Amino acid sequence: MNLPEALVSSVGWGLWAYWLLIALMMVGLYIVIARDNLIKKVMGLNIFQAAAILFYVTMAKVEGGTAPIVPAGADHAGGHGGHEIVYSNPLPHVLMLTAIVVGVATTALALALAVRIHGDYGTSEEDEAVVYDMEHG
Amino acid sequence: MKPPSRVRQMPILRVIARALVPVILLFGLYVQFHGDFGPGGGFQAGVIFAAGLIIFALTFGAETLRQVVPVVLTERLMAAGVLLYGAVGVVAMFLGGEFLNYSALDPLTTGHYGQHLGIIVIELGVGIAVAATIMRVYYAFVGRRTDEDRTGADPALDAGAGGEAS
Amino acid sequence: MIEKILVLEVVLPLLAAPVCVLVRHPRFCRLFSLGVVAACFAIAVALLVEVRGGGVISYQLGGWPPPLGIEYRVSTINAYLLALVTAMALVVFSFDSRGGPPRVPEQRRHLYYAVFLLCISGLLGIAITGDAFNIFVFLEISSLSSYILVSLGGHRRAVMSAFYYLVMGTIGGVFFMLGVGLLYQATGTLNLRDIAARLEPSLDDRGTVLALALLVVGISIKLAVFPLHHWLPNAYSFAPPKVSAFLAATATKVSFYLLAMVLFTIFGAPFVFEELRLQAVLLPLSILAMFLASGAAIFQTDLRRLLAYSSVAQIGYMTLGLSTANATGLAGGLVHLFNHAVMKGGLFLVVACLLYRVGSVHIDALAGIGRRMPLTSAALVIGGLSLIGVPGTVGFVSKWYLVSGVLERGWTAAAVLILLSSLLALVYVGKVVEVVYFRKPAETQPIDHVREAPLGMLAPAWVLAAAAVFFGLTTDWTYGVAREAAELLLAGGI
Repeated sequence: MNLPEALVSSVGWGLWAYWLLIALMMVGLYIVIARDNLIKKVMGLNIFQAAAILFYVTMAKVEGGTAPIVPAGADHAGGHGGHEIVYSNPLPHVLMLTAIVVGVATTALALALAVRIHGDYGTSEEDEAVVYDMEHG
Repeated sequence: MKPPSRVRQMPILRVIARALVPVILLFGLYVQFHGDFGPGGGFQAGVIFAAGLIIFALTFGAETLRQVVPVVLTERLMAAGVLLYGAVGVVAMFLGGEFLNYSALDPLTTGHYGQHLGIIVIELGVGIAVAATIMRVYYAFVGRRTDEDRTGADPALDAGAGGEAS
Repeated sequence: MIEKILVLEVVLPLLAAPVCVLVRHPRFCRLFSLGVVAACFAIAVALLVEVRGGGVISYQLGGWPPPLGIEYRVSTINAYLLALVTAMALVVFSFDSRGGPPRVPEQRRHLYYAVFLLCISGLLGIAITGDAFNIFVFLEISSLSSYILVSLGGHRRAVMSAFYYLVMGTIGGVFFMLGVGLLYQATGTLNLRDIAARLEPSLDDRGTVLALALLVVGISIKLAVFPLHHWLPNAYSFAPPKVSAFLAATATKVSFYLLAMVLFTIFGAPFVFEELRLQAVLLPLSILAMFLASGAAIFQTDLRRLLAYSSVAQIGYMTLGLSTANATGLAGGLVHLFNHAVMKGGLFLVVACLLYRVGSVHIDALAGIGRRMPLTSAALVIGGLSLIGVPGTVGFVSKWYLVSGVLERGWTAAAVLILLSSLLALVYVGKVVEVVYFRKPAETQPIDHVREAPLGMLAPAWVLAAAAVFFGLTTDWTYGVAREAAELLLAGGI
C-alpha cells in the first residue's frame, strides 16, 4: 500500500460519495434552519431531499455494471456470448422515481403555501411574519 | 390588460418555440409508448409533454394556452389519469386476479400479453395524470394576481391536490 | 372472501378522491366520501374479527409473491389500527360542519373532500402494508394531504403552521427514507418480514445503528415525540376543527404504530432494549413530555391550544408504554392509542360545536357556556375527566395498564410520576370546567344568543363521549386486542 492509498483508507475517503452527500445534506439542513426567507427554506429542503436521492442512486451502482436492460439475444441466465453480464441495480432508481415525485409535490405545495403567506402577511421573510403575528395576534 | 411582455415580441423566441414545441410533444409521446421496450414511461413522458406546453405558454402567453387546454380540463385529466390507473387494478380484481395483477387481464393465453396490456394502460394513466398535474401547478402559479389573494384562486389546494394525485 | 378484497381498504379512498374531483358536486362528494369511509370501516372490522386470535392475512399486490412484490399483511395490530383510523374517519365525516372549512369556497369543496380521502388512504396504507418503501410513499401521501388540510383553517397563521408542519414533516420523511435505504443496503430487501429475518443488528455494525437512529428520529418527528413536537400545537390549533379532530385522533397513532413496528419487528426488542438500551432516552423524554407539555397546557388561553399541548403529553404516555418493552406496558401504550383517539377526537369535535355557536374558543369567551349549551359542555366534561384518568373513563384504563407495566419493570419512580402528571391534567381540565360552568359571562361578551349545537354536530361528539365511558367500563375489546397486538410485537411478528 502506497502513501496516498493509506491516507485514503485511514480517513475513510474510500467512502467519498457518502462524505459528499452528507455534506450536501447538511448544506440543505443549514439553509432550512438558518434562512428566514421561505422560498430559500424550500430550496434547502430540496437540496436535503436531493442528498437522500443521491444516496439511493450511489447504492445502486455496481462496479462494472451496465444499464439493466437485457440485450437482444441474451439467454435467460443473463449470459451473453459465454460471459456473464453484470447489471447495475435498477430497484433504487425506481424507488427514487417515486421519491422525486413526492419531492415535486412537496415543493409545489410549499411554494403555494409561501405564496399564500406572502398574500396574508405581505412578506416572505419568516422573522417579519413572526413580528406581524406578535403585533396583530 | 397587461401590456404584451417583451418576451412575446421577440421574433427569435417565437420562431424557435414554434419549431420546438411540436418536436417536444412528439418526443413526449415517444417516451410514453417506447417505455414498453426501453427506458421511458409515463412519469417522464408526462413531464416532457407538459414542459412542451409550458414553453408554448411562456412565449405565447398563458391565456393562449388556456384556450387550448382549459384549467378545468387539466383538473379533470388529473383525476381521470389516476382513475385509469386504478381501473386497471380493479378490472384485474374482477377478472379473478389480485389488484394490479396484469396477467389476469388476459386469462385466455398463457403468454405475457396481459402484462403488456396492463403496463401500457397503466403508464398511459400515469402519463395523463402527470402531464395534467404539472400543467395545473403551472396554471396555479401563473394565474395568480395579488388582488386575488383572499377571494380568488386557491393555489394551496390546487397545487397540493394535484401533486398528490400523481 | 375478506382476503380477496383486503386491498380495497386502501384503494377505495384512493380512487374515491379522483371521483370527487371529477364530479365536483359538494353534496355528492360529502355523501360519497361518507359512504366510502363506512365501507372501509366495515372491511376493517371484518379483518379484525378474522385475525383475532393470531390469524394473519396476506395479500400479494399485482400477484407478485413477497419478498419481491409488495405484500399487504394484516395481523391483529394492523387490523386494530385500520379499525381505529376508519372508525374515527367515520365519526368525523358524519360530523356536519355546516359549510366546510372557512377558506374553501363552495365550488372548491370537492377538492377538500378529495384531499381528506387521500389522507385517510395514506394512513390506512401505512397500517396495512408490509413493504418498507411503500410505507414511505403512504407516509408522504398522508403527510402532504395533512399539510393542505391544516392550511385551510381560517386564520392566516393556519397557513404558516402548515408551512412549519411541511418543513418538519419533510425532514422526518427524508430521514425515514434514508433509514429504509440503509436497511435495504444491509439486507437487499424491502419486505419488512424479510428485512427482520435477514438483519442481524449489532452495535458494531454502524450502518444498522445509523438506520435505527434515522428511522427513530424520522418517525419521532411525525409522531411529535417531546423535543420534536414543535409543529403540533400550532397545526392543531389553527387547522379547521374537523381536521384537528381527525388528525389528533389518527395521524400520531399511525406514527406510533410505525415506531413500535420498527423497534420490535425490524430490530427486535432484545437489540433495542437490552443491547442499545433505547429506554434510557425514551423514558426520560416521555416523562418530560408528560410534565412540560401538561404544564404548558395549563397556561394556554385558547381551548384548542390547550388540547394540542395535552396531545403532546398524551404521546408521552404512549412512548412510555413503548419503553417498558413488556407486554403489559406495551399493551397499555397501544390501548391508549384508541382511548386517546376517542377522547381527543371527541374534545376537538366539542371545540367545533363551540366554535360554531360561540365563534371563539378563547377561555374568556366560554364563561357561562355550560348553561347555554348543556349537552356540549357535558361532552367536554366527560372528555376532560378521561384526560385526567378518572375511573370509569377510558383514560383510567390506559393509565392502569401503563402503571402496571412500569411497576412490572421495577420503575417505581416512573409510576409515581405518571400519577403526579395526572394532577397537572386535573389542573388544566379543571380550569376549563370552572370557566364553562361557574364563571359569569363578561359584560362585553353577552352569550344570550348562544344555543345548543345542532344535532348533526352534537351526535358525533356524543358518540365519542359515550365511547369514552363505554370502553372505560368494558375493557375486553380494547385491551384484549391491544394485549394480543403487544404480545405479537414482542414476539417480533406483525
